[in-house]
Amino acid sequence: MSGVNWPGVWAIFHHEMMRFFRTVMQSLLSPVVSTVLYFVVFGAAIGGRIQSVEGVEYGAFIVPGLMMLTILQQSVSNASFGIYFPKFSGTIYEYLVSPVGWIEVTLGFVGAAAMKAVLIALVILLTSFFFVGVHILHPFWMLAFLILTATGFSLLGFIIGLWAKSFEQLQIVPMMVITPLVFLGGAFYSADMLPPFWEGVAKLNPVLYLVSGFRWSFFGLADVPVGVSLVAVSLMIAVCCLAIRWIFATGWRLRE
Amino acid sequence: MTAIIQIENLSKQYDSGTRALSDVSLSIEEGEIIALLGPNGAGKTTLISIICGLVVPTGGRVLVGGHDIRTDWRAARKLIGLVPQEIALEPFEKVINCVRFTRGLYGEGPDDAYIEQVLRSLALWDKRDAMTRELSGGMKRRVLIAKALSHRPKVLFLDEPTAGVDVALRREMWEVVDQLRRDGVTIILTTHYLEEAEEMADRIGVINKGRLLLVKPTADLMGEFGKKTLTIELTAPLTMIPDELLGRGLRLSPDGRALTYEYDTRADRTGIARLLGDLAGQGIMVRDVSTRQSSLEEVFMTLVSEPRQEVTA
Repeated sequence: MSGVNWPGVWAIFHHEMMRFFRTVMQSLLSPVVSTVLYFVVFGAAIGGRIQSVEGVEYGAFIVPGLMMLTILQQSVSNASFGIYFPKFSGTIYEYLVSPVGWIEVTLGFVGAAAMKAVLIALVILLTSFFFVGVHILHPFWMLAFLILTATGFSLLGFIIGLWAKSFEQLQIVPMMVITPLVFLGGAFYSADMLPPFWEGVAKLNPVLYLVSGFRWSFFGLADVPVGVSLVAVSLMIAVCCLAIRWIFATGWRLRE
Repeated sequence: MTAIIQIENLSKQYDSGTRALSDVSLSIEEGEIIALLGPNGAGKTTLISIICGLVVPTGGRVLVGGHDIRTDWRAARKLIGLVPQEIALEPFEKVINCVRFTRGLYGEGPDDAYIEQVLRSLALWDKRDAMTRELSGGMKRRVLIAKALSHRPKVLFLDEPTAGVDVALRREMWEVVDQLRRDGVTIILTTHYLEEAEEMADRIGVINKGRLLLVKPTADLMGEFGKKTLTIELTAPLTMIPDELLGRGLRLSPDGRALTYEYDTRADRTGIARLLGDLAGQGIMVRDVSTRQSSLEEVFMTLVSEPRQEVTA
C-alpha cells in the first residue's frame, strides 16, 4: 500500500463525511424514528404474542436484525449515492484526472459510507436500550460483524452507483433486492421458526448468514455456524473489490 | 526550452466507429501558451481529454514531463490541472472547501496560505465561504480554475474557457491567463473564439476532423496566411474605376471616395507601389491610405476549407 495516495483517500473520505454531518438530522433522525416504529410495531404488538425466541425476549431478539437492516440499507444507499452524485453533477471528472486510482476512490467512498452506516447502527443500538434490555455477549465480534457487513454492502452500493445511469436505477436494486433479502433473512425471526422447506430456502439467502453471525455476537444464538457467516461476508468483500478493480481498469461507465 | 508535453501518433476511435483523432503528433514547450483551434467536433476536447486521463486512446502515446500518461499516470497527472468546458461543481460546498478538496486529491497536504493566494489572484477570496451554487457563472468558472491550480500544476488545460460568457468576463479570463503565463505555467487551451487564440497564444494549432492541420507561432500564422486590405481614400470622388485600372481587383466604395485593394502578404510583390503610381498617372489624388490585417477567423476558414496534410510539430 506504499504507492497509495493517502491524502487523496482522506480528501474523499472527509468530503463524504462532511456531507453526512451537513445533513445530520436527516441522516440520523430518520433511521432512529424508523427504528422506534419497528420497536413499537414488532416489539410491542408482536412481542405481546411471542414472549421469547430461544430464551431471548422478543424485543431484544430483533435488535441485531434491526441494526443489520439499517446497516444494509444505509451502506448501500450512502455508497451508491456517494459515487453516483459526482457522475450526475459532472464532478466525476476530478476523480478521473487526478492521481487517485481504484484503491483510493474505493477506500474514500466505501470507507465513508461504511463509517456512516456503523454510526447510525450504533445510535440505533443506543436507542434500543430505552425499549429493551440488551446484553452483548461478544462485543468485539459484534463490532467486527458490523464493520465487515457495512464494508461489504458499501462495496455493493458503490458498484450500484458506478453502474447506475439514473436515480431510478440507483434506487431499484436497494428497493427490489436488498430490502426483501433483509426481511427474508431472519431479521425479525429465527430460521428455526420456519417449516423445514422454507428454512432450506432461507439458507440460500446470503443476508441470513450476516444476521445470524451478528445475532450470535449478541446472544450466542445462530441459525448457521459463525465461521460460515464470516466466510460469507469476507467472500462478498473480495468479489466486490475484484469487480470494482475491473470497472476502473476497463473504465466501464467511467471513461470513454 | 524543453518539451513538457510530447504527443506521438495519437489516435482515438470510439466504439461507435467515429474517428475522433488520427495520428496526431505535437510537442509543447514548457511555459508556452498554445491554442487548439477547430470547429465543433474537430477533436480538440478529445485530445486534451486523453492527455488528462478522461478518454483512453486507441493508439500512440503521450508523455507529460517525461511520464507516460498510461504507464506512469500518477506522476503525469500530478503535473496537470484541468478546467473543463462544462461547469461542474459540488453545489452545496463552500468555495474554499472545493479548492482544498482538489488539492487533497492530488496528494498534497493542507496549505491554506497558498489557497488564499490562489483565491485572491482570482478575486474569489471574498467568496471563500459562499456555496458554489450561489455564485455567478463567471465566478464558478474561476472556482474551476482555482481548483485546477490548487496543487501548483506545471501544465494547465483550459477547455473552451470563455464558452458562453460575456465579453467583459472573457477579458477577465484573458487577464487570468496572462497572469498564469507570467507565473510560468504552460497552458493549452481549446477555443473556437479565434480572437481569443490570437490574443493569448504563443502558438496556434488548427485541428479539423481529428487531424492536426498545422501548428505555428501566432504571428507567423497571421503573417503567412493573413491577407491584408489596402484602403485608399481619394481627394475627389470617382464615378467608376478607370478602364486602365480594371483587372487589379480594385473595389470602389458606394460614395466613390475610397478604393480597396486586397493583397497577399506572402507574395513577393504586393503590387501596392505600382498601383499608387498608376493612380497618380491617371490623375487620381490620394488623400490617405490604411491597411487592415485579415482576422484569424478568415485565416482559419481558409485553412479548414483547403485540403492539407496533417503536420508533426
